[in-house]
Amino acid sequence: MFTIDQYIKAESLEQAYSLNQKKTATILGGCGWLKMGNRSIRTAIDLSGLGLDKIEETETEFKLGCMVTLRQIETNDGINNYFGDSVRECLRHIVGVQFRNCVTIGGSIWGRFGFSDPLTLFLALDADVKLYHAGIVKLSDFVKMPYDRDILTHVILPKKKQKTYYITHRATETDFPVIACAVSKLPEDFTDNGFRVAVGARPQRASIVLDADGILNDGITEESAKKFADYVADSLNFSSNIRGSADFRHHLTRVLVRRALLAMNQEG
Amino acid sequence: MTRKKYVGAGIVKSDARALTTGKPVYTDDLAPADCLIVKVLRSPHAHALITNINTNIAMKVPGIVCILTYEDVPQSRFTMAGQTYPEPSPYDRLILDRRVRFVGDAVAIVAGETEQAVDKALKLIKVEYQVLEPVLDMHKAKDNKVLVHPEESWKSLCPVGADNMRNLCASGSDSHGDVEGTFAKCDVVIERTYRTKQNQQAMMETFRTYTQLDTYGRLNVISSTQVPFHVRRILSHALDIPKTQIRVIKPRLGGGFGAKQTVVTEVYPAIVTLKTGRPAKIVYSRYESMIASSPRHSMELTVRMGATNDGVIKVIDLYTLSNTGAFGEHGPTTVGLSAHKPIPMYGKQEAFRFTWDVVYTNTLSAGAYRGYGATQGIFAVESTVNELAEILNIDPVRMREINLVREGQVMPAYYGETATSCALDRCVERVKNMIDWDKKAKPITLPNGKIRAVGIAMAMQGSGISNVDVGSVTIRMGDDGDYNMLIGCTDMGTGCDTILAQMAADCLDCDMKNIAVYASDTDVSPYDSGSYASATTYVTGMACVKACEELRNKILLTGSEMLKVDVDDVDFDGQKVYVVADPEKFVTRKQVGYKGQCFSNRELAATVSHSSPTSPPPFMAGAAEIELDPETGKVELIDYCAAVDCGTPINPSLARVQTEGGLVQGIGMALYEDVIYNEKGVNYSNSFMQYKIPSRLDINKIRVEFESSYEPSGPFGAKSIGEVVINTPSPAIASAVATACGVRIRELPITAEKIVMGLMEKNK
Amino acid sequence: MAKILISFTLNGKKIEDAVSPDQPLLEYVREKGCRSVKRGCETSNCGLCTVLMDGKPVLSCTMLAVRADGHEIITLEGKQSKAEEIGSYLANEGAEQCGFCSPGLIMNIIAMENELKNPSEYEIREYLAGNLCRCTGYVSQLRAIKAYLASKEER
Repeated sequence: MFTIDQYIKAESLEQAYSLNQKKTATILGGCGWLKMGNRSIRTAIDLSGLGLDKIEETETEFKLGCMVTLRQIETNDGINNYFGDSVRECLRHIVGVQFRNCVTIGGSIWGRFGFSDPLTLFLALDADVKLYHAGIVKLSDFVKMPYDRDILTHVILPKKKQKTYYITHRATETDFPVIACAVSKLPEDFTDNGFRVAVGARPQRASIVLDADGILNDGITEESAKKFADYVADSLNFSSNIRGSADFRHHLTRVLVRRALLAMNQEG
Repeated sequence: MTRKKYVGAGIVKSDARALTTGKPVYTDDLAPADCLIVKVLRSPHAHALITNINTNIAMKVPGIVCILTYEDVPQSRFTMAGQTYPEPSPYDRLILDRRVRFVGDAVAIVAGETEQAVDKALKLIKVEYQVLEPVLDMHKAKDNKVLVHPEESWKSLCPVGADNMRNLCASGSDSHGDVEGTFAKCDVVIERTYRTKQNQQAMMETFRTYTQLDTYGRLNVISSTQVPFHVRRILSHALDIPKTQIRVIKPRLGGGFGAKQTVVTEVYPAIVTLKTGRPAKIVYSRYESMIASSPRHSMELTVRMGATNDGVIKVIDLYTLSNTGAFGEHGPTTVGLSAHKPIPMYGKQEAFRFTWDVVYTNTLSAGAYRGYGATQGIFAVESTVNELAEILNIDPVRMREINLVREGQVMPAYYGETATSCALDRCVERVKNMIDWDKKAKPITLPNGKIRAVGIAMAMQGSGISNVDVGSVTIRMGDDGDYNMLIGCTDMGTGCDTILAQMAADCLDCDMKNIAVYASDTDVSPYDSGSYASATTYVTGMACVKACEELRNKILLTGSEMLKVDVDDVDFDGQKVYVVADPEKFVTRKQVGYKGQCFSNRELAATVSHSSPTSPPPFMAGAAEIELDPETGKVELIDYCAAVDCGTPINPSLARVQTEGGLVQGIGMALYEDVIYNEKGVNYSNSFMQYKIPSRLDINKIRVEFESSYEPSGPFGAKSIGEVVINTPSPAIASAVATACGVRIRELPITAEKIVMGLMEKNK
Repeated sequence: MAKILISFTLNGKKIEDAVSPDQPLLEYVREKGCRSVKRGCETSNCGLCTVLMDGKPVLSCTMLAVRADGHEIITLEGKQSKAEEIGSYLANEGAEQCGFCSPGLIMNIIAMENELKNPSEYEIREYLAGNLCRCTGYVSQLRAIKAYLASKEER
């Protein structure tokens, strides 16, 4: 458990940002991960009085305040209607309802944890994050950035008519994934053929693989799905930990990416 | 015993209301607010000598009251195993030792006014270590040049083949019949090696104890323990104070499963209270309960089995290598069950042999966990039977029908005991029907590619430790002719406080509300070895029956005197003592009760101890139906069926929940529970995040039925239920996996990765 | 360490207090006498410490006491009649066993009742998946919960 010398409920993001410039300061999310460690925090900054606990839906996006809980997202009708089962599927295995009522999407994404389910799915959905100082940054860029003293204020899920499918392998239903795969197709994205795959829990942070070779250009078939899944598995690196070996993760990626593509295709 | 009103009925537990409304009835709920907080500094090394330990700076932290190191503790060794004296477990512990033997071993004890102060002081103790090479691999432990216990003060009280100069906690051999001659006659002989890992009991309430001095200056110990009387004796040894100076009280327990048959936390606050005179409390974190506790022994079991072509198993030869870890708690005894439980289930053997080594290593010290070695042995032997069945092309259920032990048979591998009550044949038959075996015995591939398959296993356990365990009951009649029953066994959620009252009420023909039960307190309760080894229903239950009978005789005597007739002329129907020839002449129970309090030279009370020369085994059969994904290796348990012979189920609701709970622990062990160390002996499985026990979503259908035999030596025909139920899932599920995909997993847990890698190997 | 003034309701009672900013709500409410609230782990996995915050189930081990400010907290001490009612269904099945996880489970059953209408068996298991129990193997609890929900249906 961490210790806190001074607790400040921020009255503005500007105040929070300036307090957070010291290395001994910490922004509190839901404390789910923070409490696992023994950090001595000089100044704990609480953003919960800043109205950042709302999900806003516009014509073009869902804007999730950083203090929105995982459970709020999981039960949000707008999100579930737009993205189908994938968002709920990526959240429902995370410990339990009580836990998901505590922990925040800001904390989950800021941590850029290797095991993160939402990080994996949101990468595939081509999400953005809004940082107080740096402004809007692509999640796919943010995931590679080092930890700095900025504040993540929002996670933005763009409405790009994504088709998506989320699939994981876990040893038990409420465990971290051994491997997590999110596939999506973004019809409004003209930079490539629109297919992207995010693979998390390798156990490194989730990474995106695009269909650079156009394997899926002629659509998803048993054969193309298999070929693309193998391509994805071969273009990523994997490591071993207590949940599984690198080889097993590589193998699972081949299986799950193929299945996810076929399932996404079937759902139309 | 004229009628049975309560025995056999699903009575609600007498503590249910307090528990479900959240009343403060557990150790930490009861501890005084002014307790010193006690914590333990732990070793970061698997094997080291403390060369210097400086507590000066830590002592200066405001609120710190005492810090103890190895220089401050008594120097006679003891064991923390909660066993009857003289314990088979070696005396290899000090409260704090200069040598630390696993990552997490105790280095110093810190006590202070607040948790914050203690946490701060823990960080400020400066320890210098001479780091030594550890022995981490159990295969290399025996006769290794590195010794876990080189000290001269190490001693073993019992002839268990222990030798600290060889890293041996126990060793030996046992056999019956002409083993090699029988093998020579067999048509087929197979040899297989199976491995099981450490497993955590993971009771929801972690280890905890508080201590204080009472009016007489005696040490009072309030502890979440299964063994109050053993705690008293062990503390006396550890602290070098007389046993009369210690009182141990057990409040409600938040689960035990054997974990609390080891005296894990009691010594720490006890020594602090003795040194400071102040109340003291220790509450283990889950982390400590994972890294410094008393898990199941990891074992490697090599089974050689010989049979005829028509499936008759003639001989079993088993070698068990067991890892007791850094200390020897329960090491010499658990290993025995790895043979004595599985082998006797096969009733056509002409010979058997069992050889064993129990070794010290620099890993977490193992202890007692439900099943107690039987679980490991049954995984190995039942799996080997399933492999043999496949080789002989005989259905695994048929294989059991051919060989299983039947009522009345002598079991040479079970201390020569006779199966006085045994419905194992009916259990197998029942489970076969429950799971629809004949239809499902061949695996089927579903349209989605997954494979459905079934697997079966049998199990037995004991009911108490024969010739050792003692259960006692005091029952006395008081005001209004109602009863107080004092017991020394320990309800840990199992419901023994309730089922013993059920038995007593039926013995005394009264309502359960007429009986007040109290347990357990070493100053008040009659001696009981404690609740472990599946003893309580069978052993203490029989003490209950006998005590009630003795009290009944006293009631008759007092009643007959009140009626001024001969005792042979009266009877007691639970409400009144009456003259048999003239039932209109009677005295009520109430009148008898008050008579006992007025001008009486006879105490209307009985205390009876019971011990059994035998340990009648409960039996069961379990069958698993799985769905296996051959691409990912994922195993989903669709259905688990169990048929149990526990003799008469005293309380069928509680017996059912015992079974369901034991099965699910067994399922966790089979599929994912694993204690994993790194190459330096650091335990990675140190939380509920890293050591995953089954959640509600991991468990589908569990179905339990009873096939009861009647055990003549047990109370109302009862045997035990607590442990036998954990033993079948591992072999049944392993067998189902093998049937589904042809891969035999011989090391638990049966993970998806092992299955996938096995399939890749097979398809090469 | 500077204590922080908070104002909230605990089981219907208005409380103003100064709390340490790093104290979990769990230890705080136990100090206030709500000893039904149990700790089973330090990693937010067990669900034993479940309390209701503005009607929603949260882990009091993970929620800082300081964050109760302005909110309504309910523990099992504040739901005694419900506890007896749900508890009797658990007890009829023998599904409370050691009882150490019962308060957290019952709190989450109360939350589930408020949130889900006619939950399926799977939905019940999913909603309660964060409440670990080592004694029962869960199936008796499921029988009890279904019987309890069915009895409400009849009324």
